[in-house]
Amino acid sequence: MSREHLTARRVVGWTLILAALLFACILLAGNLGAGNVSLFRLFFQPETLSPVERTILLEVRLPRVLLAAILGGALTVAGIVFQALLRNPLADPYILGVSGGASIGGVRAMLGGMGTGSSLLGQLGVPGFAFLGALGALVLIERIATIGGRFTVHTILLTGVIFNAFCAALIYFIQSIASLEQLHAIVFYLMGRVPDDYRYVSVVGLAAGAILVTVVLLAMARNYNALSLGEEGAQQVGVEVERIKHRTFVLGSLLTGMAVSVAGMIGFVGLVVPHLLRIVLGPDHRLLLPAGFLGGAAFLVAADLMARMLVYPNEIPVGVVTALVGGPFFLLLLRRKGADYVFA
Amino acid sequence: MYSPETAATLEKSDCMAGIHLVASDLSYAYAEEPVLREVSLEVESGEVVGVIGPNGSGKTTIIKVLSGVLKGYAGSVHLDGEEIRSLPRRQLARRVAVVPQETEAALPFTALEVVLMGRHPHMGGLSFETAADIGIARQALERSGAAHLASRNIQRLSSGERQRVIFARALAQQPGVLLLDEPTSFMDIRYQVELYDLVRDLVVEKGVSVLTTLHDLNLAAEYCDRIYLLRDGRVHAQGVTDEVLTYANLTEVFHTDVYVDTNDLTGKLMVIPLSGRAREELRRRESPSR
Repeated sequence: MSREHLTARRVVGWTLILAALLFACILLAGNLGAGNVSLFRLFFQPETLSPVERTILLEVRLPRVLLAAILGGALTVAGIVFQALLRNPLADPYILGVSGGASIGGVRAMLGGMGTGSSLLGQLGVPGFAFLGALGALVLIERIATIGGRFTVHTILLTGVIFNAFCAALIYFIQSIASLEQLHAIVFYLMGRVPDDYRYVSVVGLAAGAILVTVVLLAMARNYNALSLGEEGAQQVGVEVERIKHRTFVLGSLLTGMAVSVAGMIGFVGLVVPHLLRIVLGPDHRLLLPAGFLGGAAFLVAADLMARMLVYPNEIPVGVVTALVGGPFFLLLLRRKGADYVFA
Repeated sequence: MYSPETAATLEKSDCMAGIHLVASDLSYAYAEEPVLREVSLEVESGEVVGVIGPNGSGKTTIIKVLSGVLKGYAGSVHLDGEEIRSLPRRQLARRVAVVPQETEAALPFTALEVVLMGRHPHMGGLSFETAADIGIARQALERSGAAHLASRNIQRLSSGERQRVIFARALAQQPGVLLLDEPTSFMDIRYQVELYDLVRDLVVEKGVSVLTTLHDLNLAAEYCDRIYLLRDGRVHAQGVTDEVLTYANLTEVFHTDVYVDTNDLTGKLMVIPLSGRAREELRRRESPSR
């Protein structure tokens, strides 16, 4: 490859390619699934669809496919910016602790039945509580990790890891006192699953939020490039490093908190898709961020399709699919092209 | 936004012109441990000024304060009369560029991409480098003798090669002040000389103001117009190079013995550290009793 520097043309080209890939995945996922219902029939033989089949297709399957896309995009973008922030290849969206807060919130709601009641809090549901937990964690972690006005990478990382361990212990405790039925629900919630009971209003709202945050992060893309030369290296070319670190932590955590609230902890997407794209596209964040959103979206749509179909009519947790399929694929690519891929 | 027209004019003039740097009564402490104590120094356009001193005497801290990395200092730093505290970092980076001792490289950017990062303070938010930016970056690589490295992965370069790329990045910022923090520590003598020759050329051509810290006193003697000798965060001696690099000053500040003489070829001073055995030998010769 004789890549010397990034051009706008390359960004547009890859964005179009990955958008097409995402569209293809959505189409495929819309056509496969329970019964003989498909987008194909909806478009070409609409009169043959029964009302029940229409409901299955339009109100269960399609929202789920779109949600998978949004979650995959959000998690991948969060992974990319956390890796850039921490300059650490092992960083994933869950590393900075916000996911711990979200799962505590979600699990607490399930335990107390708060996600189902008709009170004001009950209206929030499990995702609402989880998101509150995420926001609480975000504020708490930022407070704890800011020492003497400075927000250093090591303290952010350590605070996040320890906060996660603390939350995990709390969840074990909750599980130990939960009923068998609750335990089952909690375990499945935490394993990660793309829900299929979302209305379009929520789907559109989540999409708008995720895209907005991604665009704001994209506006900082050149700063992330400069950060690869170290914090001082970035300051020397005019990057307001402290401001960038805070914004990145907050925005990445919002994306993560949103994803965990909706779908639990879907692993692997936010760790591996960023590396995969870096191997193929190079390290420039002006390309990596839009490509990450689209590529991560396509990846999770495909993984969720497999989760639904592989042992049909049962389902595998999508996090299991992302790791089982994505892991070997990533290692294969790393072995073939990894000689030029160093991150550290 | 950065329009192609302004870029073209920038390229023509190369935009570098010396900036008068004045630091007055600088003090700085890391967690109550004072590192700089009321240091005052000045660099004028067209000068190469050296800062020398033992390890821990405050050399690197001076560079960090002057480049705006460390902000909690007492005293003042003025660039052509403007206090750097009042300058947004982007504006500061258009006037002051830094070549540190070492730079990490977490991601496999190409050398050209790293040099283009030097254009960051001149560019708008999301925008891409214009043809002019790329021209400036290539020119900078060329000047640093690193044009052939343009498409190489920065992580795969030797430390000397990487340092030349970082130097090119500093040139691409088109600064008025160039701060060098022991930039040649990891270079062999050929690259040391090449780098400082380049610095000299820049100073002569563009009138850039250069402040450099050095450990190598012979390089200091060869290239610096004036020198500040630091000791425990204070300026112990300052002035024209030949007046500062004296036997008395050096032995007192570095607590070791040296041989100072004039290089017959260049007329500049040369400083040779003496080993413990050499010192003993001298002592024996000086006291011929026994």
